[in-house]
This record gives sequence, C-alpha cells and structure tokens, in this order.
Amino acid sequence: MLNKKAHLVGDMFERGQVSEPTRNGYGNGLVAAGERDERVVALCADLTDSTRTSYFKEKFPERFVEIGVAEQLLNTVAAGMAAYGKIPFTASYAAFSPGRTWEQIRTTVALNDVPVKIAGCHAGISVGPDGATHQALEDIATMRTIPNMTVIYPCDAVEGKKATLEAAFNGKPTYLRFAREATPVMTTQKTPFKIGEAVTMWEQKDPQVAIIASGPLVYEALVAARKLSESKIGAIVLNMHTIKPLDGQALVRAAKTAGAVVSVEEHQITGGLGGAVAEHLSRTFPVPQEYVGMPDSFGESGEPDELLEKYGMKAKDIVNAAKMAIQRKSSNGFG
Amino acid sequence: MFEKIEDIEKLENAANKIRQDVIRMLLAAGSGHSAGPLGMADVFTALYFNVMNHDPEDPLWEDRDRLFLSCGHIVPVRYATMIHAGYISRSELKTLRKLGSDLQGHPERVRIPALESTSGPLGSGLAQAAGYAYAARMDKKRFRVFCVTSDGEHNAGNHWEAVLFAGKNKLSNLTAFIDRNNIQIDGYTEQIMPLEPLEDKYKAFNWHVLHIDGHNIGEIIDSVNHARAVYEKPTVIICHTTPGKGVDFMENDPEWHGKPPDPDQAKEALHQLRTLGGKIKGEHE
Repeated sequence: MLNKKAHLVGDMFERGQVSEPTRNGYGNGLVAAGERDERVVALCADLTDSTRTSYFKEKFPERFVEIGVAEQLLNTVAAGMAAYGKIPFTASYAAFSPGRTWEQIRTTVALNDVPVKIAGCHAGISVGPDGATHQALEDIATMRTIPNMTVIYPCDAVEGKKATLEAAFNGKPTYLRFAREATPVMTTQKTPFKIGEAVTMWEQKDPQVAIIASGPLVYEALVAARKLSESKIGAIVLNMHTIKPLDGQALVRAAKTAGAVVSVEEHQITGGLGGAVAEHLSRTFPVPQEYVGMPDSFGESGEPDELLEKYGMKAKDIVNAAKMAIQRKSSNGFG
Repeated sequence: MFEKIEDIEKLENAANKIRQDVIRMLLAAGSGHSAGPLGMADVFTALYFNVMNHDPEDPLWEDRDRLFLSCGHIVPVRYATMIHAGYISRSELKTLRKLGSDLQGHPERVRIPALESTSGPLGSGLAQAAGYAYAARMDKKRFRVFCVTSDGEHNAGNHWEAVLFAGKNKLSNLTAFIDRNNIQIDGYTEQIMPLEPLEDKYKAFNWHVLHIDGHNIGEIIDSVNHARAVYEKPTVIICHTTPGKGVDFMENDPEWHGKPPDPDQAKEALHQLRTLGGKIKGEHE
C-alpha cells in the first residue's frame, strides 16, 4: 500500500495522471534558491529553455551566465565562481555535461571540493526521438565514482524542486539528474525530502521483495508493486532519490525484511543505482538482486514509451524481475 | 600586507635563490619537471615580491590578488616562491611529492588554500580564473586575477573556450601569462601543434596582447602595470622564456621538460646558479 507517512498523491493510480517533467522542478528549485540566497548563480550551455534555466534567467538576469556550446567551459567557469564564493548551478543535457566534461568535474569541482551543482537534463532513454547520442545512460556511474560528489535523481517535478533547493545549500559538489518527458507526479509538498534519506513509497506486511528505484521510474515501480499485490506478493518500494551518499540503513532494512531486491533506473544496469545497491548489500546483507535498466546497450530513436517497452523498463518488467528475485531465494539463494 | 620589493637587483637575487630551491626540491623528490619551473622563476618572483597585493600572514585575505597556476606541473617554482614569501615552511621543501606532504606533485587547493585552485590536467586553469574574475566583478571587487599558463596547454580546447569567454565578457580584471618556452613533452611546440601566430589568435578573440622577455623582471612588472590600464579587455602577456633558464645543460632541451636532476646534475646546476654561470667566483649559499 502507499505509505501514508510519505504523503503521496493518494489517488495517483485512479485519476488521470498529473504529469510534469522533472526538469521543471529544476527550474523552479533554481528560482527558489536564487530568492533565498544572492550567491546563487546559473550557467547554461546554450540550452536555457530546455533545461528550464530560463526560469532563473527571467527572474535574475544579472546572475545568469551564458556559456555557449562549451560544456568543459561550463563547469570550469563554475568551479572558479564557486572558489570565489558563489553557488553556481550548471545545466546542459546529461549526455554533454557531465558527459563531455568528466575530467574537469573531477579535478576542478570535486578535487577542489567547491560547491558546483551540475544539472544533467534530458537524462535517460526517455529523451526519445533524438536517439542514442542524446540518451545519457552512463552519467550516474561516472559521477558517483568521484570522491566528494553527491548524486541525486529526483522521481518527479515536486521532488526535483526540493532536491535543487536543498542541493544549493549542502556545500558540496553535487550532480542532479533530470528528465525531459512529462512523468507522473507522485509526491506532494508534505512528502519528506532530505538528501541521503530514501523515502518508503509502498509497504506491505511480510513483503517478499524490495524494489529500489530512482527517478521517474519510481512510478513504474509503484505500478509493479500494485500488480504484485494483486497476485498476493507483498513488496516494498524505496525511492532512492540520493544515489550517493546511499541510504544504506534503509536499504539493508528493506533487504532484511524482504529477502530479495530489484533495482530500477533509466540507466545502464552497470554502475548506476543497481551497482550502488549491490556494492552495499554484498558487504552488509547479501540477497538475490535483479536489475531493471538499460541492458548494457545504446538506445535509438523512438517514442519514450516505445523505448522503455523495448528495453525492458516498464512495470511488467519490474514484476518479472521481482518474481525472478523471489524465486532465487528458494533455490540456493543465488542460483 | 606584504611589503613589495622595488629594487630589481634584489628581485633578481631572489629569483636565483628560488631557482636553487627548485633544484633542491626536485633532487629530493626524485621526479618532477625541471625546465618549466626554472623558466618561470622570474615571473613568479616578480608576481609574489612586487606585483601582487597579498599577505602571507593572512593567506586568504579577502582583497588579495589571486594567482591561478593552470600548468600545474611547474608548481615547484610556486612552492619555492611561497617558501621565500613565508606561506610555506622551509622545512617542507624536501617533502615535495612525498607521502603525506602538502606539496603534492601537482597543486591542490584543499591542502594549501592560497594556491586558489587544483591543476595538473592542462587547459582548465584560465576558465577557472575567468569564472573567478567574472564573479569578483559581479561583486565589484577591486583585486586582480592572474593566471599562468603554458604554451603547450594551448593545444587544449578548454583553454580556447576560456579565451572566448573572457574576451566576450571583457574581463579586464584578468591577466594571463603564457610561458612561451616553445617546448612540450613530445618536442617543440611548433612541431607538435603550431601555435603561431599566437598574438593574432588572442587579438582575434578580443584580448590585449603584450610580449615580454620573461627573464627581465623590470619588463614583467611594467607589463602588468600596463595591463592594469587596459579597461576594455583582458590582457595576455606572452613571456618569452628559456626553459631550464640558469642551468646551461637544461636550457632549451625538451628532454628536461619532465625529469628531475640526479645528484651530480643537481650539484652542477647549483654551482652554475650560485656563480651565475661563472660570472662570479665566490660561491655563497
């Protein structure tokens, strides 16, 4: 059942879905951060409208910096501004930033330990018709392996705003991942959000599987939990919005209660959320794990839903993965 | 604030002492770059002992001039200069590149905040300096931002992105130095990836360009003063330098870009520096 303490949109399955792109949350959060603190500045690499940096630019034109199509410059200029004392947010498509500028982020942001906030927009396969070049599916992996870096992947536009606002004041290098498509809004103003604290979205007595999800696919995870419930299979759904630092306590608690986990993300199954979950559980409480995500493959042009269908990231795929993980419990555990 | 040295001869003597310390540091480290640090000793001496407003007693003084070193591999000359200026204890000199030392093989801001930034991977320093200068101008700060770059790192796209950005934004509070020594690891710059006409390139990107003899301390100081008077553009000072300057067997030889002297070579190098290449007979520490 939906967790009451999470104050989610109660009738999200019944009524027509209210959908909004998570990048709108970025734009709104950026404005809120700018209103709260004059040190907040926004930089963009020639994608001001589509990254929603335009919301900030309209409100605070004097604190907006146009960088042009130069993602390495985007993050290095921001590193200099942060060293001075500003709180810079940089935005581009995730395929380009961090995609094209990993070393600058590693050296000038993370090793310098300056609070640059990197917003990777249009992340995941659901960017759709633009095709494989624009579908960032490796960015969580490349960002979370860098020391000092915080990695956040909000599940909807409401959480996107909260994440952006909180990241402005965490004092750390931070990567925020956003998507292009309008996706269901699940959380409300009352839903708790704290960097590094997973939100239990769905829980049932005697769960047999814990679904650990990040980003807009949290909705598919909830739909899957509901379907599993119809087949009398109890589940937990954790919204792991912060991939680094990972909420190990919540993860282990879920793994212990359910005895099997499924990770769900719009990212390669190698190195992303699934990797982070496996790394943590293998050291603390190993249980069978199945991975829902991009199967070590590039994407292609298509409509977002067609692509999620083709590459196996829909609710039915999560249901199948859950059943597989549960089945593995009763063989030798890892059979 | 740090008292500036105006006497050119005194500055030249300081540069010589700094070169000697570079040799001692590299010998103790057993690895590192020789040519670049020796070639830029005069520029660093001029910056720390005459040009910049700064205070070793208060390294993060809000109104200090900022110096970014983009080509992090020549950092031994900066460490040696900062030892002379009082930022770093002399006892640390021989810890360069050793486990636990603040004197990392390439500079790290987290370990020594007065370094302003972390560098080593080339081509990213000017962009950080430009971002810093941009932010400082937003707040109407009066200090200046300096950035030392190598000629080799002008191969990098990130550097030219920053040249575009600073030109567009007319960052007149930013002054860049180019260590134009014509060598990089694989050989001579004009063979690896020709940079000339370098002056025309910067002019086309809306920079003010000056050329100086990078070993003439008076010229270094004058050029920076000239740059202060340029209000409409950032200024780049192309410092024509001799890599390995002051040690004859290191001068102008790409072989010495990335290696340290062995004990005999260090002894000979120190002898040459102390006697100014045989010009003076007595050899004083």
